[in-house]
Amino acid sequence: MGKVTGFIEYQREVASRRPVAERVNDWFEIYQPFSYEKVRTQGARCMDCGVPFCHTGCPLNNIIPDWNDYAYRDRWKDAIRVLHSTNNFPEFTGRVCPAPCESACVLGINEPPVAIKLIERSVIDYAFEQGWIKAEPPEVRTGKRVAVVGSGPAGLAAAQQLNRAGHSVVVYEKADRVGGLLRYGIPDFKMEKHHIDRRVALMEAEGVEFVVNAHVGDGVPVEELRSKFDAILVAGGAEASRDLPVQGRELKGIHFAMDFLPQQNHRVAGDPVAEAVSLTAEGKDVIIIGGGDTGADCLGTSHRHKAKSIHQFELMPQPPADRSPNTPWPLWPLMMRTESSHEEGGQREFGIATGEFVGDANGNVTALKTVRVGPPPTFTPIPGSEQEFKADLVLLAMGFTGPVKKGLLTDLGVELDGRGNVKTNEQYMSSVDGVFAAGDMRRGQSLVVWAIAEGRKAARGVDQWLMGESKLP
Amino acid sequence: MSNNQEEFQVVRGLPPAQGLYSPANERDACGIGFVVNIHGHKSHDIITKGVQILINLTHRGACGCDPETGDGAGLLIQIPHAFFARECAKIGFTLPPAGQYGAGLVFLPVERTARLLVEGVFERIVREEGLEVLGWRDTPLNVDAIGRVARASQPYIEQIFIRGASGMSEIELDRKLYVVRKRVEHEIRASDIRDKDFFYVPTLSCRTIVYKGLLLAPQIQKFFKDLADPECVSAIAMVHQRFSTNTFPTWPLAHPFRYICHNGEINTVRGNANWMAARQAVMASGVWGDDLKKLLPIVEPGGSDSATLDNAVELLYLSGRSIPHVMSMLIPEAWDADTTMEAEKKAYYEFHASMMEPWDGPAAVAFTDGHVVGATLDRNGLRPSRYLVTRDGLLIVASETGVLPVKPEDVTMKGRLQPGKMLVVDLDQKRIIPDEEVKKSLWERQPYGEWIKDNQISLERLPEPGRVYTTDHETILQRQRAFGYSDEDLKMILAPMSEKGEEPIGSMGTDTPLACLSDKPQTLFHYFKQLFAQVTNPAIDPIREELVMSLTSYIGTERNVLDETPQHSHLLKLEHPILTNRDLEKLRRVSWGDFLAYTLPILYNVHGGEQELERGLDSLCKRASWAIQAGYSLLILSDRGVDENSAPIPALLALTAVHHHLIREGTRTQVALIVESGEPREVMHFCCLIGYGASAVNPYLAIETLDNMSATGRISVPFETALKNYKKAVNKGLLKVFSKMGISTLQSYRGAQIFEAIGLNKSLVDKYFTGTASRIEGVGLEVLAREAKMKHEHAFHPVTESDVELMPGGNYQYRVRGEYHLLNPQTVSKMQHAVNAESYATFKDYSKLINEQNEQLCTLRGLLQFKPAQAISLDEVEPAKEIVKRFATGAMSFGSISKEAHETLAIAMNRMGGRSNTGEGGEDEARFKLLPNGDSKRSSIKQVASGRFGVTANYLVNADELQIKVAQGAKPGEGGQLPGHKVDDFVAKVRHSIPGVGLISPPPHHDIYSIEDLAQLIFDLKNVNPQARISVKLVSEVGVGTVAAGVSKAHADLVLIAGDSGGTGASPLTSLRHAGIPWELGLAETQQVLVMNDLRSRIRVQTDGKLQTGRDVVIGALLGAEEFGFSTAPLVAMGCIMMRKCHLNTCPVGIATQDPALRAKFVGTPEHVINFFFFIAEEVREIMASLGFRTFDEMVGRVDLLTMRDVQHHWKAKGLDLASMLFNPPVPKKVGRRCVTVQDHGLEDALDHKLIELAKDALENQTPTQFVLPIRNVHRTVGGMLSGEVAKRYGSEGLPTDTIQIKFNGSAGQSFGAFLANGVSLELEGDANDYVGKGLSGGRVVVYPPKNSSFIPEQNILVGNVVLYGATSGEVFFNGMAGERFAVRNSGATAVVEGVGDHGCEYMTNGLVAILGETGKNFAAGMSGGIAYVLDESGAFCKTKCNRSGVDLEPVESTNDINALRNLIERHVQLTGSPRGKWILENWGDMLTRFVKVFPHEYKRVLGVAKRETPYFVPATQGEQVLHG
Repeated sequence: MGKVTGFIEYQREVASRRPVAERVNDWFEIYQPFSYEKVRTQGARCMDCGVPFCHTGCPLNNIIPDWNDYAYRDRWKDAIRVLHSTNNFPEFTGRVCPAPCESACVLGINEPPVAIKLIERSVIDYAFEQGWIKAEPPEVRTGKRVAVVGSGPAGLAAAQQLNRAGHSVVVYEKADRVGGLLRYGIPDFKMEKHHIDRRVALMEAEGVEFVVNAHVGDGVPVEELRSKFDAILVAGGAEASRDLPVQGRELKGIHFAMDFLPQQNHRVAGDPVAEAVSLTAEGKDVIIIGGGDTGADCLGTSHRHKAKSIHQFELMPQPPADRSPNTPWPLWPLMMRTESSHEEGGQREFGIATGEFVGDANGNVTALKTVRVGPPPTFTPIPGSEQEFKADLVLLAMGFTGPVKKGLLTDLGVELDGRGNVKTNEQYMSSVDGVFAAGDMRRGQSLVVWAIAEGRKAARGVDQWLMGESKLP
Repeated sequence: MSNNQEEFQVVRGLPPAQGLYSPANERDACGIGFVVNIHGHKSHDIITKGVQILINLTHRGACGCDPETGDGAGLLIQIPHAFFARECAKIGFTLPPAGQYGAGLVFLPVERTARLLVEGVFERIVREEGLEVLGWRDTPLNVDAIGRVARASQPYIEQIFIRGASGMSEIELDRKLYVVRKRVEHEIRASDIRDKDFFYVPTLSCRTIVYKGLLLAPQIQKFFKDLADPECVSAIAMVHQRFSTNTFPTWPLAHPFRYICHNGEINTVRGNANWMAARQAVMASGVWGDDLKKLLPIVEPGGSDSATLDNAVELLYLSGRSIPHVMSMLIPEAWDADTTMEAEKKAYYEFHASMMEPWDGPAAVAFTDGHVVGATLDRNGLRPSRYLVTRDGLLIVASETGVLPVKPEDVTMKGRLQPGKMLVVDLDQKRIIPDEEVKKSLWERQPYGEWIKDNQISLERLPEPGRVYTTDHETILQRQRAFGYSDEDLKMILAPMSEKGEEPIGSMGTDTPLACLSDKPQTLFHYFKQLFAQVTNPAIDPIREELVMSLTSYIGTERNVLDETPQHSHLLKLEHPILTNRDLEKLRRVSWGDFLAYTLPILYNVHGGEQELERGLDSLCKRASWAIQAGYSLLILSDRGVDENSAPIPALLALTAVHHHLIREGTRTQVALIVESGEPREVMHFCCLIGYGASAVNPYLAIETLDNMSATGRISVPFETALKNYKKAVNKGLLKVFSKMGISTLQSYRGAQIFEAIGLNKSLVDKYFTGTASRIEGVGLEVLAREAKMKHEHAFHPVTESDVELMPGGNYQYRVRGEYHLLNPQTVSKMQHAVNAESYATFKDYSKLINEQNEQLCTLRGLLQFKPAQAISLDEVEPAKEIVKRFATGAMSFGSISKEAHETLAIAMNRMGGRSNTGEGGEDEARFKLLPNGDSKRSSIKQVASGRFGVTANYLVNADELQIKVAQGAKPGEGGQLPGHKVDDFVAKVRHSIPGVGLISPPPHHDIYSIEDLAQLIFDLKNVNPQARISVKLVSEVGVGTVAAGVSKAHADLVLIAGDSGGTGASPLTSLRHAGIPWELGLAETQQVLVMNDLRSRIRVQTDGKLQTGRDVVIGALLGAEEFGFSTAPLVAMGCIMMRKCHLNTCPVGIATQDPALRAKFVGTPEHVINFFFFIAEEVREIMASLGFRTFDEMVGRVDLLTMRDVQHHWKAKGLDLASMLFNPPVPKKVGRRCVTVQDHGLEDALDHKLIELAKDALENQTPTQFVLPIRNVHRTVGGMLSGEVAKRYGSEGLPTDTIQIKFNGSAGQSFGAFLANGVSLELEGDANDYVGKGLSGGRVVVYPPKNSSFIPEQNILVGNVVLYGATSGEVFFNGMAGERFAVRNSGATAVVEGVGDHGCEYMTNGLVAILGETGKNFAAGMSGGIAYVLDESGAFCKTKCNRSGVDLEPVESTNDINALRNLIERHVQLTGSPRGKWILENWGDMLTRFVKVFPHEYKRVLGVAKRETPYFVPATQGEQVLHG
């Protein structure tokens, strides 16, 4: 329970980011080391609440107070035991999760919340350092075979769970490496990719089979899976990017974020990127449309590319500096957030809409015509606020409209819900018997932590369907 | 009057069980007394005096709905031979000489044929037993003398005269008459004679006769004309005035019984009766021979606790023991921990303890066999008993002094019965035999000590076992899972117990589902709820009054209880019931005398489900029977060996199956049952096992878990220490649980079944938990097997790594995969968002979550639904602003919650016209004044709790309601403790205590040990503030309705039925989860019983306990409540986020903390609270409209509109049946179902009206006034109302000292000078009863014996028990001795007294006390402040009398001390004329050295005085003892 009076005695402290001037020159993770001793002090701030809102604030229902306490008590082995009991991959969430748990932290009502994310990351890092994390192959195999399509966090979590339940699991990944958006969406400065490799190696040792460069529904026929496996779980993400169909959209230099970011991950991984398709912000006037996390990732990447100027547009008005009264505790607060990429530079524009892309004779984008708009839901344009922004690279980071339907989903013939996601029952099974769905493909674009939670729940559904009952959590 | 009504009225006796009512819950208490001529001179005057005593004890009795019908009164006298001879001659038969015939009073059916049939049976049996019926005599009665209800239920009363066989001695004749009576009773009971329930034989003896009935004291001599006849003479008159908790006409239950009358309650009676039945199988006696069979069963079914005790006394006495011998065996004094007791006497008690468990509970018992008459008091001395002896040989014993007028100069001695002591008069020897002599004659009967030495076994004396089980760390996790251990069990239960040796503490009540509704597998223990004492008997403080508590038990084969031989002590003595593995192996291998142990496995094939479980139990019982036949005396029930196929039978189920099987078989007392189980781990588990008959428990898995936790670093102490601490914590916990029920010893708790089951079905309970209340049906073996299977699966078929962990538990802290909680992240935040944003829509989201969560099964109300009704428009329904006036906030003390939170609640409630509650902790007087904006911070309910902190006359008059907190939901039966660090300057000021000094609230109110005491406290409070309504707060448990009926009869204006789930304060986790039951059951029972007794119409009913929505309120109203209390919910509205850390002072939102930095974080406002209550009221209105109610009143008690939902889909709930909860007693319309009238408090007769009139000038103009008045014991609470008048006019300042001086002559009634205000001085020449100066608020009380008395004041009792309880200021001077618990919880008064009884200055927090004589035991227990000076002439005080755990004893040497003490004694002499005081002053130099200063450690610490290094002893007395002044 931490220290009874810890929250009164100690202040919140988290790992500080490396100096901007330093970090924009490399692709390493942005955080400076933080001693485990200091992590323990942060654990002491946990109040061990009777109703730990963090525990439900977290989609995985991580039993946060317990491992906070263990960290405080220097009982790291117990801490990782409890942490792993709800979260297959804390090394991912401990780095990239926006930590809704911290927004729900009771201490956050009137003090800075407990540094839960820092503690989580420290617990798993420590456990790896100590060599405690080992493959756990199942003792008994059920003889059932499950195909998991997609190796993002949802697919990986489901695969690990199903494998531990004794099923034989094969994970299909269309890319050349395992990891999905973890691998090719999130920049290395937020999470270095060796974390994924390490985990995948463990899973392979546990008996999970990975097949890469295997695009199910495009090259790998769906029928093949149906015949070879007792169940199929699709976790292919929500990869259909939202577009901005305004005049000039066809101009060159306008790209989806997801065309831009994976390239950089390949580069860092040492893969060659074909000159013809290579995108870089170097020396360019960059405009990122979309004020969310993907936008911020584009921003950080552009900084590292040494862009000439960068603007990030957001349609919504500028949020308040502190928690908005419309999102009272313990809700995820609407408030102005300054991510590491914002620290590194660039200009943020709020309440702005792009009306037109302007191009030059060569069909290259040169500028954006914008107008300031009022608040939602009408976003009424403000007369006289028209403005033009110079741009030679525009990155569209406005989120995703849902999963790609063509191929996998159409071939499987699964029913979709009103939002275009795969419709499932409570056991995560789609309209097609034996075909399950999880992650962004089922719930639409969301957080890594949600993906893991979905993967776990879907695994339970699959197990239940295969075995009649399930003891998976 | 309708026919229906007629029928209702003529019901006789207690009604059969119906709805939630059970006659088994009935309680009574009373006044007792006797008057005896020590020389044995018989006279009619003795009888008249007896009746006079009764009349003067009338206020201790009660009457029901008919003011002319009492609860019962009676008189026991010697057979008036001459009178009977004369009368019998008149009707045609001649009596033989006295002693050669027996006479008896017989209650018979009124209807002639039936009566003749009964008489026929009686006469036949008399003949068959070789005696002769001389004749019957119609007892002359005056039926006009008694009340309507009594008359309607009156039996036909005859007397029977039976001639003894020739040559029979008196005792032989009485034995034969006993056989006759038992046979007649058995035969009539078994017959089908009409109206046979009229039949009852109050008495049949050749020595004594009892006259009793449903009478009021003044009626007895008129009703029974015999008693008015001058020729009717006796040397003994033993009397009893009953106060029962019901109004049902029951003639037989009036006292005296055949040998005793009793004031108090035998808490352990269920176990005692069971054990008596079990013993019957091995009873044998030469005096009975074959007749013994005819006596069985010894205990008559359907008797009260007193009747049952009388049954046992009768058997043991007639079997050959003297009556004092019998009494000391059944109600022994506290010998176990008494280091000063003679070894022989201890041996005597120990010997008898191995034969008979104590009949435990508060008891003053008067007893007689016609030759010896006496009285004894229980070990704790919880009932008052005073006596005096006159020059002409009269001994008068009664609950009060002053019951008979006696000239002071005729009195030779005045005394009180002391705890565990006996007062005996032997009419043959014509003298009083002092306790020491009685006991000596008993212990000298046999060489008990040697018998024990030669035969008793102890664990230490057994050889070391060859092999002992050790921890198997490899399989521990699997086994923990198999036994349902959760992570929380380790973290919240085992860790604190093993590290600190104490039970863990929690806060904020419980909001998890009942075991019978939970989807998680439960342990069987959790289907049970602990019972606890409230009102009818007091809880005990097991820490401060440790000397009466004992965990020792004697196990093995019990012998014939009618005999005594050395073999009787061939038993194993256990110091406590928790066995380590080594202890158990010693027992398993024992071979010593008759001792042989046999291990019975309690495992079953888990795959076979219910059938296998049942088969397992049956074969277990068979094997137990076989083992007994084979000669084994210890049966070890063991669940070691759990594997893939074998799951443990729930240990409790295995135990009770065997226990009740053996009771039924008659072999139970031949063996001891020992449980070797992996299941028990928390205190509740051990309580259940012991409470259902286990002699000892080896919790091997808990022990291994400690080892494992220590080895893996989960606890910080080595295993050995952990185990030691764990045992200590369990043992302390056990004592705590016993004491909550008012039980002192493990031996009497064992098998006493002090539990109620919630949600177990009848067939299960009848077979395995025989006699346990279980009122809503529920699960059976099938579900228990399923739960066992769930745990077993979890253990043996683990799937994933995360699943290898224990289950999270989540009972104490919310966890997603753990137990469900009503207050969860969603509901808490929704409610806060609603009240912050003033959004009713959001509130509806919240209430939907709660109400629908109810449908997900958590509470009993969740199982209910409304019946369809004719809806009306919402506009027609009473407005919300009227409904909110029915709402109150709960008693949360300032001290437990912050000033800000406390005041916010008060302002909110005052704005709404609702009520806020001070809680136990006083209230700052500044809050009594209105704020400039018109707001008021004054709490309209002022609570009076056992600590009486800040309860002054001024506090009382500034209230609209005075609430007596008898129990609280979170920890019924327990007191509280505010640690010193929480008592800052302000808290201390409000509580009238010292900053930094810890404060203890005693478990009981020391002025409420029984129901008539409660009536007295209500009377006290009503006197001080006649305008305030008086409420009494009870907690739901089986029988609470009966207690509530008693409360109504005690004239409370409102009774609050709190649920078990509530509770905002800190409480041991055992109490938090396992004591008390849901309010729905308690409320329904209360409503049913009040209506059945026609007591509902004069009392309002309130309920509380985690009420959260309008739906909850409506269900409460339909079940019978008019008002509603809320605590948790308004706290949440003010920002509480259910940290459940209230006890740690670290509340992060500034509510439950006194830390200024944290208090600054409080953001709650009155608006938040008001919004919440109006939302609730609005939801109530919506439901009212749908049910067609325009006014709230219409809705109260309309239980017919509720029905149980269909829950057939739920694996557990489908077995429940709430019919008993929804029962609607079939009474006529005229019987009120809600409060429509007011109580008659009987204030008109108060002497204070006269005082106020005489002191008018003083009250109005502060003119000094003096006057003199006579006083009698019926004048109670004298000075209280006057003080209320003073406080109303002058606040806490009162009047200048001595403005009103009143001199009284005579014996003052209870509560003389209670709450006496500043400026009022009472002087009493005479003596006084209990509670003198209770709550003294600045006034002065002086008492001295009549100037012409012939006895020596300091050796005689002058004032009663519990003097100065909760006094806050003022002074008292007593020229004589006081009873037990002098100055208990004194927080500021000054007192001089010349001797006190046991427990003097208990829990005292401030003030100054000088004791110029002897003290009883346990002085200064729990004393944390103030100073006492004690004159310790013999040195006994320092050596044995003072409880030195919290105080230092020092010489009186500093000038300050010397001056203070001398000044006190000088004033004492001046005010009382005390000869002893004078003598001390005359010999000051010498006497000063014999004074001891009692200086509490905590007080010292606060004053900055160092603790004494070396203990101080007053030098042993040189030369002669100085006793006389």
